[in-house]
Amino acid sequence: MVKQKIVLRYPPHVVEQPTIYHLIKDFNLMVNILRADINPKKEGRLMMELSGKKIDYQRALEWLQEQGLHVMGLEQQIIWNSERCTHCGACTVICPTEALVFNRPEMTVSFTDDKCVVCELCLRACPARAMETLVDNNNSQ
Amino acid sequence: MKVNRSIEEINEKIKNGKAVVFTAEEITDLVEEQGVAEAAATVDVVTTGTFGPMCSSGVFLNIGHPRPRIKLSEVHLNSVPAYAGIAAVDLYLGATALPETDPANHDYPGGFVYGGGHVIEDLVAGKEVRLEASAYGTDCYPLKKIDTTLRLSEINEATLYNPRNAYQNYNVAVNLGPKTIYTYMGILKNNMGNANYSSAGQLSPLFNDPLLKTIGMGTRIFLGGGIGYVAWHGTQHNPSAPRAENGTPQSPAGTLALTGDLKQMKPRWLRGLSYLGYGATMQVGVGIPIPILNEEIMKYCAVRDEDLMAPVVDYHRGYPYKEGEPLGLVSYADLKRGMIKIQGQKVPTASLSSYAGAREIAGTLKDWILGGQFTLTIPAAGLPSVEAGIKLNALPQRDPENQEDR
Repeated sequence: MVKQKIVLRYPPHVVEQPTIYHLIKDFNLMVNILRADINPKKEGRLMMELSGKKIDYQRALEWLQEQGLHVMGLEQQIIWNSERCTHCGACTVICPTEALVFNRPEMTVSFTDDKCVVCELCLRACPARAMETLVDNNNSQ
Repeated sequence: MKVNRSIEEINEKIKNGKAVVFTAEEITDLVEEQGVAEAAATVDVVTTGTFGPMCSSGVFLNIGHPRPRIKLSEVHLNSVPAYAGIAAVDLYLGATALPETDPANHDYPGGFVYGGGHVIEDLVAGKEVRLEASAYGTDCYPLKKIDTTLRLSEINEATLYNPRNAYQNYNVAVNLGPKTIYTYMGILKNNMGNANYSSAGQLSPLFNDPLLKTIGMGTRIFLGGGIGYVAWHGTQHNPSAPRAENGTPQSPAGTLALTGDLKQMKPRWLRGLSYLGYGATMQVGVGIPIPILNEEIMKYCAVRDEDLMAPVVDYHRGYPYKEGEPLGLVSYADLKRGMIKIQGQKVPTASLSSYAGAREIAGTLKDWILGGQFTLTIPAAGLPSVEAGIKLNALPQRDPENQEDR
C-alpha cells in the first residue's frame, strides 16, 4: 500500500477531462481531494492524497503523465524563504496544520513541508512575504 | 547607593576593552543569582533590542539637482508617492505610503504588496529605484518632468527619521466579533481565535528604562543595523499611562523619535512589510544601551517577562470605535509561552515583533560595545517622563461651518 500527497497540474487542453473518475475506476485508488483550482489561463491545479496498491499507484502516475498532466510532490508547492523570514511568528496561529510552528525557547519559526496542505493562508498572513509558491494561480498575489 | 558610575567612566572602560556588558535577557539571571547591588557593581552596560513593525518611520532624501534644476511637486519612487512639500529636491518617503494604483481594500482584504517601507528596504539594499517627478516650473527651477533611476549611493543625504518607534508596551489584539478581521495587528480570527502581541517584552528598550532615567535626546543607538540617535520623544508619547509597582507601564506608553544615516544601515534590519487588509509598513531594528549608573537602573534592567503586563484589547469594536475597556492584563511570559487565558477562554498567541531579531540586536550592540567601537553618549536633554503630566488628546470633531474663531 502507498499513500502519497501529490499535485496535478493540468494544461488548458486537458482541464475538462474526468481524471479523478479514471483514477478510481481504472486504478482502484482512493482519492482525497485537498484543494482544486483553475486559474484565468485555464490551467488547473489539483492537490490530493492518493492511496492504493503500489503497482496501481505507479501505473496511475504513468497514465497521468501520458494524459499530459504534470505530477509533483505536494511538499514542493509552498516554499519557506528563510532569508526573508523575520521569525515574528504571525503565521503560526494562521497555519491550520502546524506545518508552520513557533519553537520555544529559541523563538524561531520553522516549516515542515510534509504537514503542509497548500491552503496558502500563510502566503498572505506573512507580513515579510517569506512564504512563496511556485504556482501562479492568480488569486493569491 | 554604593554604585555611582558616570558615562565618562563607562566610556573609558569601553575604550580600554574592559567594559562588562550584558543583554537585557542575560542580566535577569545574573541579578537573580547575585542580587541587584552586586550585579550593579559588576555590570557597566545592559543592551536592549526590538525588531517590530513600526509604521511611523520614513526617510528624508535630498536627491540632488538635475540640469536644468527642478522644484519637485509630485514625486514617486518605484510608483510610491513621496512628500515634496519642502525644499526643491528634498523629499520625505513614509513607510506606509502606497502607490495610487494599489487596489488597497477595494479588493478586500488588500495585499499591499509594495509600499514606502519596501522602497526604503530596496534603497538600503543598493537597488536601483525609479524616480518619476513633475513640477510646475519656475524661473529658477525650469524643469517640469523627470523620469530616471537612482541608487542610495547617488543620493546626497538619506536620513532615516522615524517619528514614533520603540513603543513602551503595546496592546494584545483579539477579535470578539463573528468574522475574521485584518488589522495592523495581523489577522485576527473571530471569537478570540488568536491573540497577537507586538513587543520584545524583557528585551524591549523602554521596558528596561521605564521612567526614562538614562535614555534621552542624543542617546546613541543601534538603528536599522547601523548607528542612530534618539532625536526626541516620539509622537503619542504617553508617560502618564498606568504603571505597575516596578515602574513599567501596563498599556502603550512612552515612544521615541529616532534618526540616523540610512547609508550605513542594513536591509536585514529595515524590512518592508505587507499587512493583509491593513497596508504596507516597515519592520525596524532598534537597540538601545542602558548605562548602569547605579543600583536603581540595574533594578529596572532586571525586569522579567513575568513582571511585564500588556492589556488585551478587542479590535472588532473596542479599538476601532473606542468602545469599552481592555479585557484584562496578561504577562509577556504567558504571551511568549503561546497561550493566554482571557475571560476563561484559552487563546493561542502569536507575535508580530521578532523576539529572535530583538535578541540578535541586543547581542550585536553588546559586541559593538565590547569591541570598543560603540561608546555611550550623555543625553543633551531628558525626555518627558511621569512628572510631565502629559495627557493625550483625541481629535476634536466640530462643525467647521460654525468655526468658533471666525
